[in-house]
Amino acid sequence: MLLLACPHCGERNVSEFHYGGEYSPRPSPSTAADDEEWHDYLYLRDNPMGTRREWWLHRAGCGLWFLVERDRRTNAVSRTFRWSPDGAPAEGAG
Amino acid sequence: MPFKLLAHGLGARPRRMWHDRPLKDRYDVVIIGGGAHGLACAYYLARDHGVTDVAVVEKSYIGSGGSGRNTAILRSNYLTPEGVRFYDASLDLYGDLSEDLDFNVMFSRRGHLTLAHDDGSVRTMRRRAEVNRLQGVDSRLVFPDELAGICPQLDLSDRPRFPIHAALYHPPGGIIRHDAVVWGYARGADERGVDIHQYTEVTGIDIASGGVTGVQTTRGPVAAGTVLSATAGWASNLAAMAGLRLPLDTFPLQACVTEPLKPFLDVVVVSGSLHVYISQSGRGELVMGASVDPFTSYSVAGSLDFLEGLSGHVLELFPFLSQVRILRQWAGLCEMPPDYSPLMGGTPVKGFYLDAGWGTYGFKASPICGKTLAELIATGRSPDLIHPFRLSRFAEFDPVGEKGAAAVGH
Repeated sequence: MLLLACPHCGERNVSEFHYGGEYSPRPSPSTAADDEEWHDYLYLRDNPMGTRREWWLHRAGCGLWFLVERDRRTNAVSRTFRWSPDGAPAEGAG
Repeated sequence: MPFKLLAHGLGARPRRMWHDRPLKDRYDVVIIGGGAHGLACAYYLARDHGVTDVAVVEKSYIGSGGSGRNTAILRSNYLTPEGVRFYDASLDLYGDLSEDLDFNVMFSRRGHLTLAHDDGSVRTMRRRAEVNRLQGVDSRLVFPDELAGICPQLDLSDRPRFPIHAALYHPPGGIIRHDAVVWGYARGADERGVDIHQYTEVTGIDIASGGVTGVQTTRGPVAAGTVLSATAGWASNLAAMAGLRLPLDTFPLQACVTEPLKPFLDVVVVSGSLHVYISQSGRGELVMGASVDPFTSYSVAGSLDFLEGLSGHVLELFPFLSQVRILRQWAGLCEMPPDYSPLMGGTPVKGFYLDAGWGTYGFKASPICGKTLAELIATGRSPDLIHPFRLSRFAEFDPVGEKGAAAVGH
């Protein structure tokens, strides 16, 4: 992977970005999440040998945290998009 | 016996170190992964516990994963007492391994230096030295005047951007021939009745009423009451077959070697701040590695970023290497746990054992990991040495924070 498409800035060299880990929704503070739920959220990862959704930061650019779907066998990126609070990904570049 | 040796050399009889045997449909123990860890466990199961109905299944050739891709550095100067005890027991086993296996694994105890380039690092090194000495490990802080005697090749002047302030010196550390360790364990296990099945990939794990009953492989199903996953890098995928999620994320780690040079460097040099480790192999090549890649992946493709970054940092330490050519580069897979300590032992699935989370520190633990897991599998009791590394430690708020000494640049 040499280029990554920031939803705000478009395609940039991957060295401008910072990888932020596997996407996993945080337990809602309004529900009483127990220790096990927090443990799973904090520590457990699917870490699949295939496509997964993950956080990236455009560190040397606009500073946007966004989501990337990437095949981890080949590093091919299928799409990048902004996070949205209702969980439905808003389409961006890429 | 020169004549015998000559007859041998002329090929009087071919020697096979391990054999291709037919895959049985049932074993007592199936070990997934034919690297140094899996083979060591099979060897100690057979030698120490008389458990010989064991199959080691490997999806490629033995030693093709992390065991053949690391930079072959051995040491025990870790940060936590649990880590120091564990790795020191491993170093002890490595010390006698050639004799044990009757196979020369070429362990060279040449000393290990971890450089400190700022006050913070000096403090960490001092703490490590104290923790190490408390556990009986030879490890101490040395300053540039003494360092100049131990490794005069280092640029100790004020020229580098980050001059060397001190180093953690660990004389029992060194390098070894990693392929020989794999082959020696394979031969020892094979001699004692263990079946080694290469090119046999596990595609599923069978579970019935909360316990493991066997594995599905590309060569057919195999029934077994005990299954050990010893697959560095791929453990999350094996665990998923057993319905488990693990606290792991897989990163590639790259390394490279230069063309062979005359022997000039007789100590292992590591710099955490510069993200580099370097040693000279028996063949004269400089073996060099850095920190894990900046993002996770299962791809083992090399990158120019790595070579550029590493070369720049090596030249900060050894400016006279500027004309030396790189021979080749490669990558291996490292699954990183949140506390930079491994996961060993049982799981919520009865009979399914884990040997995982080996990040950047797996090869040096092969003998003790194999020995302790063999004891756990054979007796059902978890040895004290690996109890701190159990899978449930995160749920129990009892992690073993080894980030300060696990490798470089995390």
